[in-house]
Amino acid sequence: MSILVIAEHDNSTLKPATLNVLAAAKAIGGDINVLVAGENCGGVAEAAAKAEGVSKVLVADNAAYGHFLAENLSGLVVELAADYSHILAAAGTTGKDFLPRVAALLDVAQISDIIRVEDADTFVRPIYAGNAIATVKSSDSKKVITVRPTGFDPVAGEGGSATVEAVSAVKDAGVSAFVGEEKAVSDRPDLAAASIVISGGRGMQNGDNFKMLEQVADVLGAAVGASRAAVDAGFVPNDMQVGQTGKIVAPQLYIAVGISGAIQHLAGMSDSKVIVAINKDEEAPIFQVADYGLVADLFEAVPQLEAELKKVL
Amino acid sequence: MKVLVAVKRVIDYNVKVRVKPDNSGVDLANVKMAMNPFCEIAVEEAVRLKEKGVATEIVVVSIGPKACQEQIRTALALGADRGIHIETDAEVQSLEAAKLLKAVVDKEEPKLVILGKQSIDTDNNQTGQMLAALAGMGQGTFASEVVVDGDKVNVTREVDGGLMTVALNLPAVVTTDLRLNEPRYASLPNIMKAKKKPLDTTTPADLGVDVAVRLTTLKVEAPATRQAGIKVADVAELVDKLKNEAKVI
Repeated sequence: MSILVIAEHDNSTLKPATLNVLAAAKAIGGDINVLVAGENCGGVAEAAAKAEGVSKVLVADNAAYGHFLAENLSGLVVELAADYSHILAAAGTTGKDFLPRVAALLDVAQISDIIRVEDADTFVRPIYAGNAIATVKSSDSKKVITVRPTGFDPVAGEGGSATVEAVSAVKDAGVSAFVGEEKAVSDRPDLAAASIVISGGRGMQNGDNFKMLEQVADVLGAAVGASRAAVDAGFVPNDMQVGQTGKIVAPQLYIAVGISGAIQHLAGMSDSKVIVAINKDEEAPIFQVADYGLVADLFEAVPQLEAELKKVL
Repeated sequence: MKVLVAVKRVIDYNVKVRVKPDNSGVDLANVKMAMNPFCEIAVEEAVRLKEKGVATEIVVVSIGPKACQEQIRTALALGADRGIHIETDAEVQSLEAAKLLKAVVDKEEPKLVILGKQSIDTDNNQTGQMLAALAGMGQGTFASEVVVDGDKVNVTREVDGGLMTVALNLPAVVTTDLRLNEPRYASLPNIMKAKKKPLDTTTPADLGVDVAVRLTTLKVEAPATRQAGIKVADVAELVDKLKNEAKVI
């Protein structure tokens, strides 16, 4: 078996999720290659070459891939697909965008968001927002898979010494173009990769009150998230959303503030190691999954939390 | 321009999902079904494009058993002009759904196809992208804004870390994210009118598509449940537990 993992990166750094995808590749077993497609992404390729278990890194460095347009990226991966039994990418917004195109062009099914590998054909994935866990077996000759990073412990990012090889193929489908982007600029860690996450829900009442959570986050070195209710109410942008339709996180510590614990939110965070809930409604379902629950008015408890943390950290 | 919208009949998002005791799947007997929430957003976007004078006709398509005509009628009540039902009682997976939709696209030649980004049952997030690939079209997935401009459409996408805007040649495929719009409710007069709108029925065989499944579900289980922990009395106790018991700070 030979496995192609498509690296997730921003042209300058390799995203940690790639190491989780490599762990899924390792669980399948076989020779593992990594594709780094981007523009001026040589540094990313060097980083990928150091990851544990990678035998070869393919680099496609071209303006056509600079913004990871699905139409171009999928053409490239299809071109390389003949050599591989499995093609894997992280189930982030890039992988979810281009990989189904790859599957369709190869005329195979895609297996989305796997959280476990049973064998080379059989995988476990959540359905119905994590309310059910399905074990599925693929009858296709090639498996095209997105991997939920939180389902796999990452492989080591250092110590490997893969060869790096340039890919000359340039696939520009010519149907799409990058116009612009607005990336949230923050010194805080990325939500999906943070070891501590503090999230607010409808109980926060407005967007300004999220500043209270940001202050706690800065003491803890945490990322700030939100429930879908807080996003729907317009308090915060959608890229902060934790849940079935947002980001799936599994940090060491998850602090839910003013979040009732709708099933859609639990689907995004219930794999966290330790869950803390702060809510004034003691009947809130979030307390059923919390390791530590505090029934309190968040507007009193959160500033106290900031002060107490400053004392001990 | 003509807009094609695909909608899926799924379990109502308010219903508590229960796994069958024999682990063969999720219990859907006597469960309330509804249009997939992301598909509602797709219909709403098409209707708004028509209200702006950008879209001239909205065709809504659904794949599944006879009962999906309910969801097609809902879309017609919201403002779609006519429906196409691809009738089958078989399980249709994403790639096969995309092939069926491709066959409809070939026939209808829409300028824009709008779908939900994922259905809340199988959570695959694939069909729109697969359709775009099969049709050789560009795609704007996870859209939070759609602006048609001449022979192009600018789509602002919800991506990890923020927003990204792409320009796509028409025809193109758009998949909807939550913030694209807030769907309206159908009024009673429009629900009555929808009953008279045209609805054609076809089948996978008529469209020449083999819908045999590629992924076999071996078993479906309930997720492991977390045990509720303890209640702490105050913030000081909470911080003490996190530091000295859980050791996570």
